[in-house]
This record gives sequence, C-alpha cells and structure tokens, in this order.
Amino acid sequence: MAVPRFWREIPNRYNLIGTKCGNCNTVFFPPRSVCPKCRRMGKLEPYKLRGRGKIVSYCTVHVPADGFEDAVPYVLAIVELEEGPRITAQITDCNPDSVKIGDEVEVTFRQIREESQDGLIYYGYKFKPVSNPPSEG
Amino acid sequence: MDVGIVGYGVYIPQYRIKVEEIAKVWGADPEQIKRGLMVEEKSVPGPDEDTATIAVEAARAAVRRANIDPREIGAIYVGSESHPYAVKPTATIVAEAVGATPDLTAADYEFACKAGTAGIQTCMGMVEAGMIEYGMAVGADTAQSAPGDALEYTAAAGGAAFIVGRNGKRTIASIDGTYSYTTDTPDFWRREMRPYPKHGGRFTGEPAYFRHIISAAKGLLQQLKLTPEDFTYAVFHQPNGKFPLKAAKILGFSKEQVLPGLVVTKIGNTYSGSTLIGLALILDNARPGDRILAVSYGSGAGSDAFSLTVQDGINNNGDATLKVMDYVNRKEYIDYGTYAKLRRLLVR
Repeated sequence: MAVPRFWREIPNRYNLIGTKCGNCNTVFFPPRSVCPKCRRMGKLEPYKLRGRGKIVSYCTVHVPADGFEDAVPYVLAIVELEEGPRITAQITDCNPDSVKIGDEVEVTFRQIREESQDGLIYYGYKFKPVSNPPSEG
Repeated sequence: MDVGIVGYGVYIPQYRIKVEEIAKVWGADPEQIKRGLMVEEKSVPGPDEDTATIAVEAARAAVRRANIDPREIGAIYVGSESHPYAVKPTATIVAEAVGATPDLTAADYEFACKAGTAGIQTCMGMVEAGMIEYGMAVGADTAQSAPGDALEYTAAAGGAAFIVGRNGKRTIASIDGTYSYTTDTPDFWRREMRPYPKHGGRFTGEPAYFRHIISAAKGLLQQLKLTPEDFTYAVFHQPNGKFPLKAAKILGFSKEQVLPGLVVTKIGNTYSGSTLIGLALILDNARPGDRILAVSYGSGAGSDAFSLTVQDGINNNGDATLKVMDYVNRKEYIDYGTYAKLRRLLVR
C-alpha cells in the first residue's frame, strides 16, 4: 500500500469514520460518497461508528498473506456493527478455538502490518472479545 | 495552583510471563529473584501491540472518563523510551486516534521512565498560562531488555494517560504542587540504533533512584509545608517491588500508604507507565479528600514529585473505563519461546 493511500484512510482506519445517509439513515462503512438507495436524494455525512458488534462469520487463517506470517493462526471475521454495516477485520487477543459466531466484540487500536523494517507501520482497527458489559449511550 | 486531573485511563497488554519461566531458561533461581525484586510476573505486548497502540487505548479511556470533547484538548505529549519510530511522533498517532486533531500542539518526550510525568508538568504550565483548555500527557512503554539481563525479569509493557485542566466540577484530583530534582547521573542508557539498554547494576540504586526520588519528595513536602502524615497514599516509581517500599521507609511513609498503589509485583516495570499506572490504581479506589504523593523517576536522572488532592469529580463516570485491576487480572500466560517471538528475540 502506498503511503498516500494509507494516509487518506486514517480517519476510517483509526476511528471507524463511515458515512450516514441523512435521507434514509443508512450507515456505510467503508464510507460511500453516494447512497445506493437514495441516489441523488441521498445526503451523506461523515459518521463515527461506536465500534461494537457481533461476529457474523469467521475463519482461522493458517496460511497467511504477506506480512502476517508471525500472527498465525489468526481469526479473520465479518463483524456486524450495532449501526448496521458489516466489516471484515481481524479478531485479536483471543484463542482462535474459543471464537464463536454471535460473540460480542469491540474495536481496539492495533498494528495491522508494517511495510518492512524500514517502512511505515499501518495502524488501524481490529476487534477483540468485549471486556466489559456494553453500556448504553 | 489552579489545575488538576480531569480524566485518566490505562492500558496493560494481556500477555504475562512468570519469573520462573525466564529463570528456567537462564539457569537462575526463581525464588531468589522473586524475593530480591518482589516481582512475580510481567506483562508482554501482543504481536500487534506497541507503544503507540498502548498509548491510544489509554488515551481513549482518559477521554471517556473525562467526558470532554476531544477537540478541546490543546496539547498531547507522549513520553516513552520505546517509541515505534525513531523519527515520526507517536503523539500525532494518539492525537488522530482520540479525535483531537488538527487544532493542537503535540510532541514526543523521552526521559527514561519519567517522560510521562514530564508531560503532565508541561500540560500544567500550559493550562495555568491559559494557552490551552485541556492537555493530555501519556506515559507508555514496551520496555526492552537484553536476553539474560537482570532487566528481563521486570521490563514490561503498559501505559497511562492523564488529562489536565483547570479546577472545576470535572476535577478528579487537584494538583497542589509539583517539584522536580534533576542531575546528570548515568545509571541506565541506550545508544542510538542499539536494541537494548545498558545499566550500571547496583549504581542504579543509591546515587540514582533513591537520591532523586527522596530529594524530589522532600523538596515538594518542604515547598508545600506537608509531612508524610498529611498523605493518604504515596506512589513512587516501581522498577521492582523493593525500591518503592525502601524509599517510602526512608521518607517516613508507611507500607499502608504505599501498598495500595504497588502494581509492579503483578505486571512488572512498565517504565514510562509505571508511576502513572500506580497513581491510576490509587485513584480507582480513592475518595474525595484523600491526598496522594506521586514521585516518578527517570534514569539519567530525575524525579518529578506531585501532591494531589482527590475531589468530588472522582465520583463522575467511574464506569466509563476499565479499572487498573481489570487489566491486571485479565491475563494469558506465555512460555519463553512465545515471549522470544513476541519480543522479536527470534526472527525468521
């Protein structure tokens, strides 16, 4: 990934900033610039997701992509966030054998990978099992 | 002084390695080490954790606890001796991740284990001068230690963030005063491009840790005309369990004042996080009116002493964040092989 691309995505990667359509109230992540439902009636504004959700599906990766060799075995999951969007993310701080569909997870700030020993470190969101009961508000 | 702590948060990685596990590899007697250091186990950062991720988690918790708009934070200082980049600030990563950018000043601090408290003093000055509304100081480390070195039993990972603001209804603890004691004392260092620090062995004790901690504490007590009896709690930098207890005894503080903040026995020495996590543990259990003495120590060498008085704001938002003990008790033990991989002692 080129440095400018990582830099452009920092708001999304660090703080789960997606978009919300002011017309139909649908939340999108990654952010969309056009609402697929409302089309030109859509009013998309930046929207910060709270970072809590449930695992909809997952797999345990044993044969990793480049840059993830030392993380195996790791869990890659589809997480459905409270606000609606489903996102793909790593589940960290967990025992892969105890992860289940339906598990509640919360966002955490982690290293995703590094370009090389001399290169940039890419930080961003991962999810981990909830450590405290969800509070309202 | 009209400034105080309006929010604080901590983070400690979940992995732990026991003294026995390290001692086994190097043929040392674990009981002797545990007795000598008063440390049972230490925290280890996960494969995707570093000083920046620890600082961000602690900083986010501090913002939640303070319940302020992060855009009101006018300064962020991150103190560490294990910043992920040699050139490129950790503070900008923290500022972006808490949503404080772009209207603020930020920088990284380095002063061995006391860089975090140096950041608090900077924030105090800026708030008092009216330059900023709130300032955040973070102390976080993933401490390095050479394999087989005595430091390996204690060099741990963790961090804490404190938000400083003017005294008011949000104030968790007002800061009565601060005093620092600094000299050029080469007890511990790490040269440029070198992976592990070196230290002066026993020299890190009397002329270094004890001289600076005791002088800073005495200087502050004199300045504020207070005695050890005026304090409910005291926390001193915790390179091991013995040093802070010995410093307390020399100064005339009782074990009962120090033990409530002593967390090194279970998580090791979190370097820039050490004094601040100890202070956070005390605040987790403190009541309005309690007075706390906090004295950090950074090799090289210097100590920053603070006197804090707990205010009614301590009762605000207590459930917004995890407590220090929640992190201490949440743990996953690893063996030395896994530790060696996580600390990149083994690289394929």
